[in-house]
Amino acid sequence: MSKMLTVDHSKCTGCRLCEIVCSAKKTGSVNPYRARIAVIRWEQACVDMPMICQQCEAAPCMLVCPVKALSMDGELMRVVVDYDLCIGCRFCVAACPFGAMSMDPATRKMVKCDLCDGEPTCVKFCETKALQYEEMGTASARKMRATARKMLESMRAA
Amino acid sequence: MREQQIAYVDLSTGDIKNEPLPDNIRHMYLGGRGIDVYLLYNHVKPGIDPIGPENILTVSAGLLGGTLAPSSGRCHIGAKSPLTGLIGSSNMGGFFAPELRLAGLDHLVIKGKADYPVYLWIDNGDIEIRDASHLWGKDTIETPVMIRHDLNNEDVKVICIGVAGENLVRYANVLSGLKNAAGRTGMGCVMGSKNLKAVAVKGNHDLSIAYTEEALSYLEQLMKLIRNNAIMKELSQYGTPTFQKMMDLIGKLRNRNLQRNQLVNGQSLYAENLARFSAGMAACFGCPVHCRHRYQVPEGKDKGQWAEGPEWSTLGAVGSEVDCLRIEAVLASNYLLNKYGIDSLDFGSMVSWAIELYEKNLIDETTTDGLKLEWGNEELIYEMAHQVAHRQGLGDILADGPKRAIDRLGQNTAYYNIHVKGMSYLHSDDRMAPSHALGVATSSRGADHLRSRPGSDAHLLPQDTRDKLFGFHVPDMTAYEGSGKLVRWQELIYAISDALGVCKFQALFMSPSVIGYEEYARLVRHVTGMEMSAGELMKVGERICTLERMFNNRDGASRQDDMLPDRYFTEPTPAGPEGMKGKLIERDKYEQLLDEYYAAHGWDQEGVPIQETLVQLGLDQEPSHII
Repeated sequence: MSKMLTVDHSKCTGCRLCEIVCSAKKTGSVNPYRARIAVIRWEQACVDMPMICQQCEAAPCMLVCPVKALSMDGELMRVVVDYDLCIGCRFCVAACPFGAMSMDPATRKMVKCDLCDGEPTCVKFCETKALQYEEMGTASARKMRATARKMLESMRAA
Repeated sequence: MREQQIAYVDLSTGDIKNEPLPDNIRHMYLGGRGIDVYLLYNHVKPGIDPIGPENILTVSAGLLGGTLAPSSGRCHIGAKSPLTGLIGSSNMGGFFAPELRLAGLDHLVIKGKADYPVYLWIDNGDIEIRDASHLWGKDTIETPVMIRHDLNNEDVKVICIGVAGENLVRYANVLSGLKNAAGRTGMGCVMGSKNLKAVAVKGNHDLSIAYTEEALSYLEQLMKLIRNNAIMKELSQYGTPTFQKMMDLIGKLRNRNLQRNQLVNGQSLYAENLARFSAGMAACFGCPVHCRHRYQVPEGKDKGQWAEGPEWSTLGAVGSEVDCLRIEAVLASNYLLNKYGIDSLDFGSMVSWAIELYEKNLIDETTTDGLKLEWGNEELIYEMAHQVAHRQGLGDILADGPKRAIDRLGQNTAYYNIHVKGMSYLHSDDRMAPSHALGVATSSRGADHLRSRPGSDAHLLPQDTRDKLFGFHVPDMTAYEGSGKLVRWQELIYAISDALGVCKFQALFMSPSVIGYEEYARLVRHVTGMEMSAGELMKVGERICTLERMFNNRDGASRQDDMLPDRYFTEPTPAGPEGMKGKLIERDKYEQLLDEYYAAHGWDQEGVPIQETLVQLGLDQEPSHII
């Protein structure tokens, strides 16, 4: 079975620990703006949303890459960068609908979430489990059950 | 770790310069509140007017600010206080301090006074003084939105003042986000006096970590410690309002100013009732506890009311103190005070003082402009918030803070104002807890619990565990003996939390089983590479507390400023369970406690540090360079 990183926005408290630990793990320093994940906060609306690479099947970044430096790693179900091929043209930045592709300002290399090779650091530090790394299908099964419960409640109430 | 950087901004001349902080000074004071008092002692001449251009404002991140230390988002603001005339020192959470460090700066020293309203824009270390005329008169919720619009950048972090700061309300605060407030000692008033509406910052420099892998795994370990602590669990679920119930049940709340110490039918203010409106929890930078609660009122006359908060202290100030028990009204008052940028603790205490004066016929409707001052009248609270913020009517008097308001209303009103050093007492009634009362009274910034209050469950630990933890005999909460030492011990560690720029809610303030000296020492080592033992950290704490004391003494403070409000000595608590009811502070025993407390610090009987203490702490040459 393959795992995927899931995000439950409703559980996010906006603490940015995911950004902090991601940047520390990947760059050795703390710099949320070099992290592979970002929490977008609308302060006035009391909303926080973590944004991260979705590891798309038909990834637009892969499709537009002119030198085929991006590919799907079937084992970990993630999109990976081959730095021997990457020419740093940033087409992927333009194509990604989630803003998940970026060029690291310090190394000037394309960076994206690589799921920490199967042990995502952000997940380990997410106190409220807004981020989870779980078997494919688990998240949807959980959602089905939660919605089914709501439906059951409303049917009983009716 | 890079050198710490101080930016000096002179609003009168427009001069801006950056200077590194010498390494030895970092070792002596760490950062945050520590560096603040060092800068204030050297830059603020004694006797100056706090709202004149000679005062300075410091804005500081802590030594561990924005790093892999849990909850390292605290921002410290300092100046000479317009409320007390002594040290102004205020601390808030949020995201501003980490962003300041990411912009390459650790401390701001803001001098002089601008000719017209301005705000500072710090773009990755480059500082620009910008026109804020269009922001003057805007509230603390509109201001950051407008600044982000101006700068065309949604990620900018902002601290700002509201209308209260502009109108020089002596206890105006500085806000960041919906409710992170550097609330106490009137730092917003100082900003207002400098025509400084806000400071905005954005940065993307790296914050280097000395030992990244070790720091990461230690953070994981500390998060586990925090997660398994019962009080942290409560805070994660309810935030600080969780304390309301216990404090009410044991009779440790100010109610109707200080006439009662327990609520009548106060259940409506308990956290469980507030939780009905919960819209989830929010966190400050890097904090696993997420004690900030968001709420929304779905129906009734306050339908649509939303924001963050209130903290327990605000629940006390505009709830229990003024006897306003409708929770939605407390939410509305909290929202108003934050919007205007008024410290809720001073506001609640000043308003309940006024209501009691009215009740006792010490003031009448000529003073109140026809307003009837009554307990539990929520419309009155809203009206007073408007009046204080705009300095209208009675609000203009109350906006002056305890000392000046007493001067204006007559010395016969002084007895009823519950304050120390000119700053209002918080919402708790400490007549049965000598260590709590002593801590509030000796706090360098005026009546305040966040400088030394022993962990909320410290007194419930078994006696031997307790004695082992503190290293000396700590009796139960109602005893005098040992309180002086206990207060001093707690003062030092809170000074360290404030200097490291981490939240004391995860330190011994809340519970003895979370983060203490040993943990701080390890964090400092992993994050900065500096080797400091627990003992050395404790010495830094002593240095900070002693220099704050020196600042106050230089401006005329002495032993009499460490006295409790008279009422604490004369009126016993009228309610509460056995052991809490009928309690007051005995004056002669309190004097002995003061002696014990001064001696523990190495200060003489007037609270003046003795020469030996100064030499030992390396303070004998202060002020060292500027004045």
